[in-house]
Amino acid sequence: MEDWKRNGRAFWTLGSPATFWLVVFFLAPLAYLLVLSFSSKAVIDGQVSVNDYAYLTGIDNYVRTLNPDIISIFLRTLWWSALATIACLLVGYPIAFAICFMPERWRPLALLLIVLPFWINLLIRTYALKTVLGARGLVGGSLNAILEPFGMQADIIGTTPAVIFGLVYVFLPFMILPLYSTIERLDKSYLEASLDLGASQFQTFYKVTLPLTMPGIVTGLILVFIPCLGMFLISDELGGTTSWMIGNVIQSQFGSSNDWPFGSALSFVLMLLTIIVLFIQWYVQNHSKGVGAQ
Amino acid sequence: MADPIVSVRNVSRRYPGGVTAVDNVSVDIMPNEFFALLGPSGCGKTTLLRMISGLDTPSEGHIFIGGEDMALTPPNKRPTNMVFQSYAVFPHMTVAQNVAYGLKVTGVPADEIKRRVGEGLEQVKLSHLADRKPDQMSGGQRQRVALARALVKRPKVLLLDEPLSALDAKLRDDMRLELTRLQQEVGITFIIVTHDQDEALSMATRIAVMEKGAIRQLATPEELYEHPTSRFVADFIGKVNLFEADVVSQKGKALVCNAKGLGKMNLSSDRECGKQVTIAVRPEKLKLSKTSPKVDGLIKAEARVRDVAYYGDWSEVVVELANGQTVSVNVQNEKRDVNASVTRGEKTYVSWSPTDSLVLTE
Repeated sequence: MEDWKRNGRAFWTLGSPATFWLVVFFLAPLAYLLVLSFSSKAVIDGQVSVNDYAYLTGIDNYVRTLNPDIISIFLRTLWWSALATIACLLVGYPIAFAICFMPERWRPLALLLIVLPFWINLLIRTYALKTVLGARGLVGGSLNAILEPFGMQADIIGTTPAVIFGLVYVFLPFMILPLYSTIERLDKSYLEASLDLGASQFQTFYKVTLPLTMPGIVTGLILVFIPCLGMFLISDELGGTTSWMIGNVIQSQFGSSNDWPFGSALSFVLMLLTIIVLFIQWYVQNHSKGVGAQ
Repeated sequence: MADPIVSVRNVSRRYPGGVTAVDNVSVDIMPNEFFALLGPSGCGKTTLLRMISGLDTPSEGHIFIGGEDMALTPPNKRPTNMVFQSYAVFPHMTVAQNVAYGLKVTGVPADEIKRRVGEGLEQVKLSHLADRKPDQMSGGQRQRVALARALVKRPKVLLLDEPLSALDAKLRDDMRLELTRLQQEVGITFIIVTHDQDEALSMATRIAVMEKGAIRQLATPEELYEHPTSRFVADFIGKVNLFEADVVSQKGKALVCNAKGLGKMNLSSDRECGKQVTIAVRPEKLKLSKTSPKVDGLIKAEARVRDVAYYGDWSEVVVELANGQTVSVNVQNEKRDVNASVTRGEKTYVSWSPTDSLVLTE
């Protein structure tokens, strides 16, 4: 390690592939998108070109993102992501806690089961979920069997709960894993001390366990919330045409709508939102009264 | 005699997998006692302490505190408080918040909390650090927080799990005195778990020596040191020289034995000794002399000095008997004459009074 600092050549030899990768496949495309977001389609002979651009023509695309429809989709995306993130926390915390208090030999298996979905492609999992929730699926079908005698029918697919459920389903492991690693490191004698001092189980959880596991909670919230913001596959498959998230809008700009400059502008607005979220997290963690500072 | 404050009746603790941590232990602890559970690691002393606190549950038997059966009383409802080995001082609270915690959660009025926290911090001399966070404090200070936090609850019994083991030597001595002072000041029962015999001997009024989940001997420090009833206790408490001996005859208390390396000797024992006994004698009871002592009735043997460890005020001299057995002798360095001290390889005589030796049958 020491040598790397002194020996510049070794440093550059080892560092250049990663640097090359980042510059060519991340920074350069990002810079291109940034330029594109300030550009517009070229007009050639009075005709709007399909894939030629007039570069750096102004902030028109950003003005377009202030369109009420777009803003409402942004707000919906934030709202749904928040709901899904909270749901992940509520579901994930007890699971992470249970794994930590399992006999030690069962823990690797439990963790494997949590991570197992990652071994299957997201698209396939989403289609599977669609089948399960569908009118003839395990959940949707059973629900309909119950509702049928009352002359009612449930159509889960295409509803907001279906999208939120899908988001929770996909991102739950991102919540459980950081929670698990924080709770696992938590010295159990803090909990014992709290009980010994006369606190109830609930008080112990609220006043000791929760504040001491706050770093894991914050990490989990971030790890779920941010990818939720950019998600389009779930809302596409499980939601209806009226339940687009901002990811769907962006995707369509680069796809069917073929409006890359506007898509780029939307992407940068989304990135800005993400940065704001991360900033809030940083601010809270550094200015809260030491809670979570470990 | 007063009623015991803590009464442990036939308590066992078995873990799944067949490990028995505590095996049918019964013990009565009196009000205002400074009681020590002493034993090597894994002897079940911490498990016993945790069962008294309610953090562990006996597999069999009952624990009474203040005359009440605690079987169905969870730890947060017991009149006991614990100072944990790791201190378990809440890292997200200040010192004052830590000390106030146990009062707050049980709904003590705010002005009373303030007063009692102030008193508690005064007691452990931490008033000036009330607003500190635990991570800005030393181990010794954190331990005082843990102590104050438990004491402000005014428990009937204070439980201390290896309270001194994580402190450095100097701090340990200070804290030992401090704990004794506190115990006398607050006048509540202290039960301390320790593996350190010095700690137990210097602080406790009574000590229960544990081995393999059972209490081997329960006595005052002096009695434990001078009258251990088993080889285990004699060996665990302080240093001891042990000699195997055959019983030649026993008439009442008068016992004649033949000890390996020492020859025939007349001793006394209250118990029926059987054929084999162990004779135990503490190193400070032994004398070294350059010539064979002329006093009658002493147990004596010729020996050669094998090792001398010099500690300033005293030296530990290890001598070897003719049969190869080594014997430790503590010598007080009373004179300044350096030439008077023994040197390695020197021939010497080791002797002691029969009344200073102890006959052990188990």
